[in-house]
Amino acid sequence: MIREITCIVCPKGCRISIDDENTENISGYGCKRGREYALNELLHPMRTVTSTVAISGALHARLPVRTDRDIPKELIFDCMELIRRTSVNAPVRCGQVIIEDLLGTGANLIATRDA
Amino acid sequence: MDIRYDVIVIGGGPAGLAAALEANKNGAGRVLILERDKELGGILNQCIHNGFGLHYFKEQLTGPEYAHRFIAMLEGTGIEVKTDTMALAVTPDKRVWAMSTADGYRCFEAGAVILAMGCRERTRGAISIPGERPSGVFTAGAAQRYLNIEGYMVGRRVLILGSGDIGLIMARRLTLEGAKVLAVCELMPYSNGLKRNIAQCLEDYDIPLYLSHTVTDIRGHSRLEGVTVSRVDEKLAPIPGTEMDFECDTLLLSVGLIPENELSRSAGVPIDSRTNGAVVWQDRQTGLDGIFSCGNVLHVHDLVDFVTQESMIAGRAAAEYVKAGGFKVPDASRTVTLLNGSGVSYTVPQKIAFDRAEDSVEVFFRVRTTFGPSEIAVLHGGERLAGFSRPQLLPAEMERITLPKALLKNAAGGDLTIEIRPKDQGASK
Repeated sequence: MIREITCIVCPKGCRISIDDENTENISGYGCKRGREYALNELLHPMRTVTSTVAISGALHARLPVRTDRDIPKELIFDCMELIRRTSVNAPVRCGQVIIEDLLGTGANLIATRDA
Repeated sequence: MDIRYDVIVIGGGPAGLAAALEANKNGAGRVLILERDKELGGILNQCIHNGFGLHYFKEQLTGPEYAHRFIAMLEGTGIEVKTDTMALAVTPDKRVWAMSTADGYRCFEAGAVILAMGCRERTRGAISIPGERPSGVFTAGAAQRYLNIEGYMVGRRVLILGSGDIGLIMARRLTLEGAKVLAVCELMPYSNGLKRNIAQCLEDYDIPLYLSHTVTDIRGHSRLEGVTVSRVDEKLAPIPGTEMDFECDTLLLSVGLIPENELSRSAGVPIDSRTNGAVVWQDRQTGLDGIFSCGNVLHVHDLVDFVTQESMIAGRAAAEYVKAGGFKVPDASRTVTLLNGSGVSYTVPQKIAFDRAEDSVEVFFRVRTTFGPSEIAVLHGGERLAGFSRPQLLPAEMERITLPKALLKNAAGGDLTIEIRPKDQGASK
């Protein structure tokens, strides 16, 4: 069956058609990364998660964080649960690891600003 | 305290940061940034999602990371920053009046001023939604700040009006935080957000998008209890009998952004009613000598990368202006005015002066409505000078074309019209 996938790699948002029985039958992608994204999307969708954790001693109440690589899409809500239970103290540097090896995915949760 | 600066930049968001850095790099010795918030970075600080920087840094960054890169670049430049400082007035002789707790009411003098104040959200009042006035109705950006910076959850059952990017991003963000986002409604028959945000913010979480729908009633006494959504006809009028009721405690409005030009207007900067920003030359100088404008205060951009790019143009030009002791008024025979032809809702810049232009001039514009395969035609006196092919054109996506100086010279002293010519054949899918 031909599946239509909107590429999320860049703001262009290419519409990629891909046959889930024969993945060589793929069209509509604008770059190599888009092709790779569509293939992954069929086999195992992955996403970067961005959120915030509580922080004390900083200018604001929340510290923005993200996973330093994509994690399996089905783990997003488990990841959010872990993030919700996390709090840190200032000072924190941009890029600092907040949670190591999130849920065994190999991805770290890192701070995305100084605080 | 010396109050004299080469370049004063008003606003320390992405536009102001890039403009200040570029002015400094091009020889403006004393550069000052005035920022009303307690920190630099502007709206990027609350845009914690990723997707920024792919053009400029060639990687995916979150908003705070994108801001951080620029803030880090300030180090060692000598650029002065005054945060918590509100610019109150700019005069045509390039004096800037500002107020802060630390310094009180102050006047600064500049060789050149760069207006980089950004934009603000349209509110419920701006779109006249009928109904009661309970709490629980927020603009999407305000809700984003409450949630991402201050740590307040704005509601549990949420309806979003407007499919602009902030609305889409907030649909996902609230879902991740445990809220139920019932739907996103969009007045127009097409979304105003990026396609990838429809995919990764709505489709990923099975949030329905109702195109050609709007909110026609808001109910609730202290807190919002429900809203009514109706389908609209092609004239955007609600169709009786199509009402759907949603029980919800929160309504987010993502219904457009307005450049924040109070300072520009009171300074006497001529404003383009189509962009709600200044009329500018290709180097982003406004109609007032030595006053430049860039970023979302000039026209609302889709991508911060383009804000950066535009602001670098303004920063460079402001430094040149200061070094040259001012620009000569361009001879009318060496200028071109850009006109909006059919299908085009605005262009930036609006005017081009050859003597200050580089080898080519990049023109940003938006289309009025959606187009399939089309040609962007550049015309002078009815004659087609150039054409640019596009598979499709959407109002939500800013378009860019690059016009070589040689082409522009064909229209010297006159005007160029940019118009959209749909290609009839091959409108297959």
